[in-house]
Amino acid sequence: MDPQSLKTLNAERRARRAAILLTDLASGASRVIREGETVSGDLGAEVAKAFRTGLSGTVEAGGVSYFLNVSVPRPRLVVIGAVHISQALAPMAKVAGFDMEIIDPRTAFATEVRFPDVPLHADWPETVLKDRPLDGYTALAAVTHDPKIDDFALKSALEAGCFYVGALGSRKTHASRVKRLQDAGMSDSEIARIHAPIGLDIGASSPAEIAVAVLAQVIQALRSRGLSKADAGRAA
Amino acid sequence: MAKTALDESRDPLAIAEEWLDGGRKVAIATVIETWGSASRPVGSHLVIDSEGNFHGSVSGGCVEGTVISEAIDVIDAGKPKMLEFGVADETAWRVGLSCGGRIKVYVERLG
Repeated sequence: MDPQSLKTLNAERRARRAAILLTDLASGASRVIREGETVSGDLGAEVAKAFRTGLSGTVEAGGVSYFLNVSVPRPRLVVIGAVHISQALAPMAKVAGFDMEIIDPRTAFATEVRFPDVPLHADWPETVLKDRPLDGYTALAAVTHDPKIDDFALKSALEAGCFYVGALGSRKTHASRVKRLQDAGMSDSEIARIHAPIGLDIGASSPAEIAVAVLAQVIQALRSRGLSKADAGRAA
Repeated sequence: MAKTALDESRDPLAIAEEWLDGGRKVAIATVIETWGSASRPVGSHLVIDSEGNFHGSVSGGCVEGTVISEAIDVIDAGKPKMLEFGVADETAWRVGLSCGGRIKVYVERLG
C-alpha cells in the first residue's frame, strides 16, 4: 500500500466518511475510493454494493481479482424527544448496532431514571447539535410533536445530509410542518426526504411497536443508500 | 489530540500511519477471505513493524506469530504475499488454527 493511500483512507475514516481501499491482488496496486466517486463498469457495481452493505470481500471484474476493504462509519441515531417511544427504541437501536442519543430540553422528560442506558442531552437541539454535528451516517428521528423542538433539528438533519430523517405526527401535523419548513426556506425536494408519518407501515400501535417501525425504516434507509425508491425494498 | 471518529490508540491503520510518520518500516496484514468459524471478519488488520512490534489481529491469536515473521520478510523483500491457514493444511495445523476455520491473509509493505 502506498503511504498516501493510507493517509487518505485514515483522513476519510476520521471525518466519519465511508471509503473503500481497492487492492489489485495480482499487482499489489491499491487506491482509495471515496463514497460518491464514480467507478465505471462491473467494478463500479461491486463498489456501490460494498458501500451499501458495508461488507468487505474479493470480487472479479474485467479478469482482475480485487479486494475491496470497506470502511463505513458506525451509524448514529439521534432522537429528538425523551418520550415513551424513545424508551423502547434505545435498547433496540443498541442491539442493532446504532450509537443512539436523545436530545430533549424538557427536563421533566429527559431524566436518567427514564433513560438509564443511553446518552441523554437535556438541552435544546440548537445547543447540542453545535457540539455534536449531524452527518451522512447519522439518522435523525424527531418525535416530540412540538415544532419548537423538532423543526430546527429536522432542518439541520436535511442540511447535513443525514441518511434518514423521520418525524412523528399525523398527515395533518406533517402538512403544517411542511408549510413551516417551506417558510423557513427549505426546498420541496429537501422536505420530501422526511419520512412522515414516521416508521414502516406495519400497523404499529404501542410505543414499542412504533419503535420497531422506526428502527426498521432507519435500517432500510441505511442499506439502500444510493438506490432508487423502487429498488430500495429489494436491497437486502 | 483532537477527537476523531477513530480510536487512535487502538486502531491498526491509525497506528500504522503513526509508525510510518515516525520513520518505521511497516507491513499491513489483512484478512481477505474466511471459511467456517474464523474469529476475525474479512477486512481485519494486523500491522507489523520491522522490529516485530504489532497491533490488531487477523485471528484469535492462532496465526499471528507466523504472520508477523512473514511480514518482516515482506518488509525486506517489498513483494506482497498471500498466506493461507486452515485445518486442512499441515502447516496451519502446526501454527495452530485449531478452531476449524480457514483464513486467507494478504501481507503487504507500506510504501
